[in-house]
Amino acid sequence: MSDRRLVKPVAVAALAVLLCLPPFYLDAFWLRIGLFSLAAAIGATGLSLLSGTAGQLSLGHAFFLAVGAYGYTWLAGDPGPGLPTALAALLAVLLAGAAGGLFSPVAGRVRGIYLGVATLALVFLGHHLLLTADSVTGGFNGRSVPPLAVGGFAFTGDDPGLTVLGVPFGAEERLWYLALALFALTWFTARGLLRSRPGRALAALRDSETAAAVMGVDVARYRSAAFVVSSMYAGLAGVLLALAFRRVVPDYFSLALSVDYLAMIVIGGLGTVAGATAGAVFVTALPLLMTRYADRLPLVAAPGSGDAGIGPTEAARYLYGAVVVVILLYAPDGLHGLARRVRARMRRRRTPAGQNTAPAVPPAPAARPKEHTP
Amino acid sequence: MSALVDDLIDGLALGSVYALVALGFVVIFKASGVINFAQGSLLLFGGYLTAVLHDDLGFAGALAVAVLATALLAGAVDRLLLRRGDPDPRMAHVQTIVTIGVDIVLLTDLSRRIGGDLLSLGDPWGDAVVTVGQVTVAESRIAAIVVSAVAIAAVFALFRWTPWGLSLRAAAEDTEAAALMGVRLGRVRMLAWCLAGALAALAAVFLAAFPAPGLERTTGQIALKAFPAAILGGMASPPGALAGSLLIGLTEALVAGHQSDLHVLGEGFGDVAPYAVMVLVLLVRPTGLFGAKGAARV
Repeated sequence: MSDRRLVKPVAVAALAVLLCLPPFYLDAFWLRIGLFSLAAAIGATGLSLLSGTAGQLSLGHAFFLAVGAYGYTWLAGDPGPGLPTALAALLAVLLAGAAGGLFSPVAGRVRGIYLGVATLALVFLGHHLLLTADSVTGGFNGRSVPPLAVGGFAFTGDDPGLTVLGVPFGAEERLWYLALALFALTWFTARGLLRSRPGRALAALRDSETAAAVMGVDVARYRSAAFVVSSMYAGLAGVLLALAFRRVVPDYFSLALSVDYLAMIVIGGLGTVAGATAGAVFVTALPLLMTRYADRLPLVAAPGSGDAGIGPTEAARYLYGAVVVVILLYAPDGLHGLARRVRARMRRRRTPAGQNTAPAVPPAPAARPKEHTP
Repeated sequence: MSALVDDLIDGLALGSVYALVALGFVVIFKASGVINFAQGSLLLFGGYLTAVLHDDLGFAGALAVAVLATALLAGAVDRLLLRRGDPDPRMAHVQTIVTIGVDIVLLTDLSRRIGGDLLSLGDPWGDAVVTVGQVTVAESRIAAIVVSAVAIAAVFALFRWTPWGLSLRAAAEDTEAAALMGVRLGRVRMLAWCLAGALAALAAVFLAAFPAPGLERTTGQIALKAFPAAILGGMASPPGALAGSLLIGLTEALVAGHQSDLHVLGEGFGDVAPYAVMVLVLLVRPTGLFGAKGAARV
């Protein structure tokens, strides 16, 4: 039994070390994919808390990402108060939470799929606001993002110059570790939240509103709280995305982005942090990789080659849509559910039939606390 | 004064087209609990077929083929992709996301075909106008109002007087009881999807007609404005969808008409006004104007 107990911490430590390695081996292209994926994973975790745990569907995630990104840019930049960048990042996250709080009269009372469509309003109104309020947002062309600096150490190429083990640390390398740290923070806080008293209350709320209310869960308050927390994660992801892009433009924060986030958590499996992360990596990396390797793929024309074939962006969209459909057809509980089933099957195969099956067989999904089903 | 009448007629025409799309949302939601995000690309599909075929078949023939083909496509999406195995109502969440996947694939394909073109649908109204007193109205607007009214009346008659309508209402009321009483849920569902597809194809014609320059690849996005319309009325209520659509259409036209007085809100506020109205309504009535309060028995 003792080796069983050791496996998990060792695996986590190995994973942590593995995630620290890429800046030494991979070039900026791969690091950027990783950066965007980590940022998306943070945002998707927030949405997963809301949709998978509280059972609320939100299409307004792009709006809160925008609040985080623009909040940071404005607070740290000029025009704007020009605050120290670390403080600005923190305030931007709180600002996103406050924006979620302002929406709570709707978020607390509107249920499930209704909320999904109600939050559509946020995306469109928010986009309109970004285009109109150009003294703050820079209008259609957006604004460039001031780089983050903590105590004299800037997350840019050369301030101060840094070389570790012969690898020059530019903006991507530095941001990678920042994203990794923020992602770890997200991972542990979100898992803690899911397993805490409020997390259980939210799960009860999802499974039966009436039963939860009878048990003493304040329905409206918990719903709004879930919305606020999810907005804060989105805000954090927004700040990170802004730092990675170095420029924020309104058109990025469109409905398509919200839909992407929804697809991430559904592909990954609702209500789990690991699933949200897997979905985020998949949805983010797929189009970038398709574009990069367009010339080696069959049926896909290289960008700018003038062929009548399908361009890489289109091919990525086709594949993305098709994968969403196929995954959900064959694994409605997403990648996370798929992984769980594969694990269970492998474990069954390892134990010879007929002996000692009782402890090895995982509890049937129905008997578990409903952590994984929407 | 005549400007106000202009705006009202514009709003009415817009609202009745939204109503076609919103009714599609409602019918699908009632029958399957799914919100169909692919409605926009179904609409575009219908419009595209009409545009491609009208040279050979004439406008009426092309429209008939487009309506039929879109209905079949919508039915096929439901039959082949959504309704596999598990009829668990909680699957509605997942199926809603499947429609997003379908929308992405369809929309990518259609925009690739349409490219940057503006397609004419070959409708008979062109840019003709009718002048009554001081008010000038485009014929296409009148046609939109009349055709939508007839189509909507036909749909309501279907709900009220056909066996299918009865089954649909029964299934929406209590799925399990309806199934036990011999309602074939699968068939009811598929017909609902077909109906929604047909309505979307019809709406495409009026969204691409005269005041609009023609069918573009972004035409399908207009279907998104029928979302607030359907939600406003309460997602499961056809009369609600109608009322919501008219409210949204009138709001949009009036805000666009008084753009100069409302410049505080920024340029192009008319496009997002429907969403602002939706938030305001949901603040007061979280289940929509006509939505049932939904008592739960434990």
